[in-house]
Amino acid sequence: MPNYSWPEMKDRKVIGKGIKRADGIPKASGKAKYPSDLNPPNLLHAVFLTSPHAHAKVKSVDISAAENMKGVTAVRVISGPGTELQWAGTEVAVVAAEKESIARDAVKAIKVDYEVLPHVVREEDLSKVGNRARPAGEQVTGDPDAAFKEAGVVVSEGTYSIPVITHCCLEPHGQVIQWQGDQVRYWPSTQAVSSIAGDLGQNLKIPATQVHVQMDYMGGGFGSKFPSDRWGTEGAQLSKASGGRPVKLFLDRATELTIAGVRPSHHAQIRVGAKADGSIIAWESKSWSSGGFGGGGMAPIPYVFTKLPNFRLNHSAVSLNAGPQRAWRAPNHPQASFLTCVALEDLAAKLKMDPLELFLKNIQYTVRPDTYKSQLAKAAEIIGWKQNFRPRWEQKGSIRRSLGIGIATWGGAGHASTARTTINPDGSVLVECGTQDLGVGTRTILGQVAAETWGLPYEAVTVRIGDNKLPASGNSGGSTTVGGVCSATRKSSVNALEKLFEAVAPSLNVPPDQLEAIDGKIRVKGNPDKGMSWKQACQKLGTASITETGANDPRNTLGLNTGGASGIQMADVSVDMETGRVKMNKFVSVQDCGLIVNPRLTESQIFGAMIMSCCAALVEERVMDQNTGRVLNADMEFYKLAGIADIGDLVVHLDITPEHDKRGIIGIGEPPAVPGVAAIANAVANAVGVRVPQVPLTPRHVLAAIAKNGRNA
Amino acid sequence: MNDSDKPRKKSAFSRRGFLQGVGATGGALGTGILTQEEAQAQTAQGVITGETPITLTINGKPYKTTVEARNTLLDVLRNNLDLTAAKRVCDRGTCGACTVIMEGKAVYACTVLAIEAQGRKIETLEGLSTGNTRHPLIDAFVNNDAQQCGYCTPGFVMASKAMLDRTPSPTEQQVKEHLGGNLCRCGTYMGIRKAVVEASKQLKGGARA
Repeated sequence: MPNYSWPEMKDRKVIGKGIKRADGIPKASGKAKYPSDLNPPNLLHAVFLTSPHAHAKVKSVDISAAENMKGVTAVRVISGPGTELQWAGTEVAVVAAEKESIARDAVKAIKVDYEVLPHVVREEDLSKVGNRARPAGEQVTGDPDAAFKEAGVVVSEGTYSIPVITHCCLEPHGQVIQWQGDQVRYWPSTQAVSSIAGDLGQNLKIPATQVHVQMDYMGGGFGSKFPSDRWGTEGAQLSKASGGRPVKLFLDRATELTIAGVRPSHHAQIRVGAKADGSIIAWESKSWSSGGFGGGGMAPIPYVFTKLPNFRLNHSAVSLNAGPQRAWRAPNHPQASFLTCVALEDLAAKLKMDPLELFLKNIQYTVRPDTYKSQLAKAAEIIGWKQNFRPRWEQKGSIRRSLGIGIATWGGAGHASTARTTINPDGSVLVECGTQDLGVGTRTILGQVAAETWGLPYEAVTVRIGDNKLPASGNSGGSTTVGGVCSATRKSSVNALEKLFEAVAPSLNVPPDQLEAIDGKIRVKGNPDKGMSWKQACQKLGTASITETGANDPRNTLGLNTGGASGIQMADVSVDMETGRVKMNKFVSVQDCGLIVNPRLTESQIFGAMIMSCCAALVEERVMDQNTGRVLNADMEFYKLAGIADIGDLVVHLDITPEHDKRGIIGIGEPPAVPGVAAIANAVANAVGVRVPQVPLTPRHVLAAIAKNGRNA
Repeated sequence: MNDSDKPRKKSAFSRRGFLQGVGATGGALGTGILTQEEAQAQTAQGVITGETPITLTINGKPYKTTVEARNTLLDVLRNNLDLTAAKRVCDRGTCGACTVIMEGKAVYACTVLAIEAQGRKIETLEGLSTGNTRHPLIDAFVNNDAQQCGYCTPGFVMASKAMLDRTPSPTEQQVKEHLGGNLCRCGTYMGIRKAVVEASKQLKGGARA
């Protein structure tokens, strides 16, 4: 077997360099065509009619007026009479028309009779959800009852809440699609270029081989864009019913925020018991969550400190008449980090102990004690823990400042992926992979890996992705893409290079395994003067190009990629005690991530994860109205995201060391998205002097906590 | 800070006035589920129908098209003229992804009616590259990795251009204030702050496209 291992850190020329993203200019100049930008000839526009009721049975649907409108090409009933709808926003019917405005008029001409049924859309008060809560059973480790009763044990108790948030992808879910004859052309905004054809084909009852998927760019997914969904199926059916004309069907913003996916809430009553020196001996929690009609699983608490000796966990999933959950960047981890880290910092406050000391005191209960220990030290150094941390009991004045800690763990090993690389007789080179670039730089890193392998400059490599006719690659979820596609590209480019060595070796009178590709040359190892340029070498191929594939096998990654990333974040905030406003001063992320292919792109992705945490910690929540059963803020005025002035100064420290590098590539999409809310919530509690138990940390929630608990001078 | 070149939530075309002018059953903005119940109780009467030929002056060139009174400038750019740099995200004057420059001011194209944009000088992101020449902002966004998925990027570039046209040497604080009308979901603000400052230096150095 060829040697696929990564070159030594000191020998790398392209990997590890902060190459600018390959598609930067098309994106920044507006030339990049996203699926929602496509305007193929004869395009039709489609619009959904959705249910205004959170729980209802459809009695009748009359589409006759819509069908007869000029410019309407097809109307389909999705939820016919007798269908029980479980959340507002459920698709009831859909219209395709020559223009979007006509389709919207036609949707309004559809008459639907509903039998309205009782709904439950809020879960924060468990006593009000009736039979909607389904207990998930009790988990017990050790003897928590005995531990809580031990002499001298200090017990800290609290109830904490983190709300449902949405993905709020800027490009909404949808696609342009054309079903003509037995072929479907499909331009979706998706995280699953290679697999979505099979998903759509199953719904349309046609083979995946008859579905051609193409996607050059997509405007955000964050875990919500894997399936073809109803919009895919209905778009295709409308196209077929309209004589095979292409149909554009994207959700409008209100529908996007109502049905296209949420991150489940989490609420928990937590008791933590510790000895006077801060050693934790027991944990007990009663938690509940909802991610829509399907309920919501338990976040993995106690988080990271999984080796605590005694704990009891109870969880209930609450079924609501609200849009369903989808994977949201590190599913359930941000909630788990929040619940665990706030409970630990409240315990520290009760013990009048520095929370950093408490984390360190219990670090042996974590999965990777040495890594977390060094990361806590690094983060503390960058944020100036010693100088800037103020304990709650010393806070006074009207503007108060302090720090807080959050902790993270994630897998992130590479998914199954195949790449194909081609070396042409003219010296040009190509990498092809049926993956997708969600904006993280996948295109760029494929080129870097191939260029490194072939000893070529980055610019020499052409990269093709975003097409299901290319070799199949996994979905982009769970931080699995970078490890998968880079390992596949490494193996395929090594395989192709071996073939080139075989073609070149005779003219240099050495065996192929004595050759190396460095600095644009193929040369004899140990004899740099004996060789030829890349171009001359490729001419030896005559007329036949070399095309080789390589695959990442997740069961045997050859050490090219691995899982298990740790991270620490610390936040520095100021809180105005009169207005309840929280200001981000500084926010630090210390992240280990194995071999880093492109530090510039890695840093950007970590900045992004931290900013998403600012949103979730400070402003973001889906608000349900129990009277109407609807989302009250299904728009971007009241579904808040942080702006450019709201995030303070962000500092990213990448743990780039030979020791981490040896682990191979680890995905970075999820890990830095985990600890931020915990860090900010703890900083706010330490600044205010009391716990603000409810995220987001809006003035309303901050002032409510101050009013309830009082304040020092 | 110069207030006049920021995207304004309250333009001359308020949402309320817009809807009144368009008719009882709403227009392209009436997309929420909250309107559907009301829609069912009403007929389509009251909607202004029919199309009007108009000419828009975009990036110095005349574009002829036919629009309905209710069509926004954004939808006409994207659907009629295939100028798709400006993106439709919130569709109600909040997020800035559709920012274009009209008569020298950054506006949300989703809150401007196409018929009202006649006779006005409209700049879109497409106008910032000609041949191999690009406005320094474009390269500054790439140099500072001020984009991830890139869907908000066109709006940020245009809002930044509107600022630099009036405030050639902004401080970082001014950048934060001026770009407060644009939102990014992937979290690219750190790069954007640096990109705008870099572009302002480039422009002063005479590298202007």
